[in-house]
Amino acid sequence: MTAFTLTAASQGLCGCHACGLVSRLPLQAPESRCPRCDAAMHIRKPNSIGRTWALIIAALILYVPANVLPITVTRSLFGVQSDTIMSGVAYFWNTGSYDLAIIIFTASVFVPLAKLLALSFLTLLAQRHVSWDPLQCAKLYRMVEFIGKWSMLDIFVVALLATLVDFSALAAISAGPGAIAFGAVVVITMFAAMTFDPRLLWDSSGIEVRQGRASG
Amino acid sequence: MSRPRLIACHECDALQRQVRLEPGRRARCVRCGAVLYRRPKGGLDDTFAWTLSAAVLLVVANAFPVVSLEVQGQETHATLFAAAQALHGQGMTAVAALVLATLIVAPALELGGLLYLIAPLRSGRVAAGFATLFRLVHALRTWQMFEVFMLGIFVSLVKLSHLASVVPGLGLWAFFGLMFAAVAAAASYDEHEVWDRVEAIRERSLLDTATAGAAR
Repeated sequence: MTAFTLTAASQGLCGCHACGLVSRLPLQAPESRCPRCDAAMHIRKPNSIGRTWALIIAALILYVPANVLPITVTRSLFGVQSDTIMSGVAYFWNTGSYDLAIIIFTASVFVPLAKLLALSFLTLLAQRHVSWDPLQCAKLYRMVEFIGKWSMLDIFVVALLATLVDFSALAAISAGPGAIAFGAVVVITMFAAMTFDPRLLWDSSGIEVRQGRASG
Repeated sequence: MSRPRLIACHECDALQRQVRLEPGRRARCVRCGAVLYRRPKGGLDDTFAWTLSAAVLLVVANAFPVVSLEVQGQETHATLFAAAQALHGQGMTAVAALVLATLIVAPALELGGLLYLIAPLRSGRVAAGFATLFRLVHALRTWQMFEVFMLGIFVSLVKLSHLASVVPGLGLWAFFGLMFAAVAAAASYDEHEVWDRVEAIRERSLLDTATAGAAR
């Protein structure tokens, strides 16, 4: 092999997303499957940009009710109290649990929004074929993939509270409609990150690959 | 020893040669730095042992309450099934489904699938439907959320400790162990080794039938 190696796509090859096997894709074959593990093979994820945008927009819309509607409703002797995500954060902050307030704010408010903004930025770059420091973009994408599931934190907290605090006469906590919207935001953003094809960020970069030898 | 082989980076599509790694090392993409593959220190036996432990712990974690709450002689217990039931009872079926899917169904399928794939491989056989199960296990990997749930339990404990006496249950310790076993199983699981073994077994059985045919 010479000093230059290229992308798999430029050689008519494709790496299987499931088992990693590199195989030659037959020309003009919309539906091809990995010869080893039978996964569907695509040189680039089909309609990645359109699908990612659709999921990002859906998540952004749901982000509003997720934060405005109550995620828990507490009924007690003192009346009914509805809590949104932010009022839960405020509760911990005001009672002096600053660490927990920061954790919940990060996981439930900051992470979903940051993730959606980062993914929008990356999708826009890929769509416009603009190359802006692909190495930094790759790191950003990896971060987006990694942090996604941590937003499930509030869903799990609500589930536990709703189960445990169930003392009919004294107090009962139930999940509010905000929890549905919030759960949807988390799941949809995770799918958005999966639908986005990070290889698109490199396709327009024009950066050559030198000496293709992976090292430890 | 496996033959030298091409690998296409799953993040930037750079084509490079796969090299055999020392145990405990990782191979990164020459262009974008993504981890291409790893060579875990332990082999499939380690994966099998950790997966089996995780599967047992998953059963224990769901059979016993994670947390119990006591208020004036009344007690409530939270198992995951109870949590799903409570949410469903409050009209939050979608949230109940999300909790069940991420903490019971997905891990059960993943761990069960992994055992089904690995156990026969260790004795030199390839399980029926290997490719399908492999892809399922591969796809479920992203939805592993035990560590998020652990943090959720912690937040709930703090939130409730002001109101009532909170008793951690056996389920909590099982989840704690499950989190570590699942991480250890994932860290020792080498998809490339799995496929190397499958191919070696298939080649040998082809050779066997060929020689048996020649002898006849």
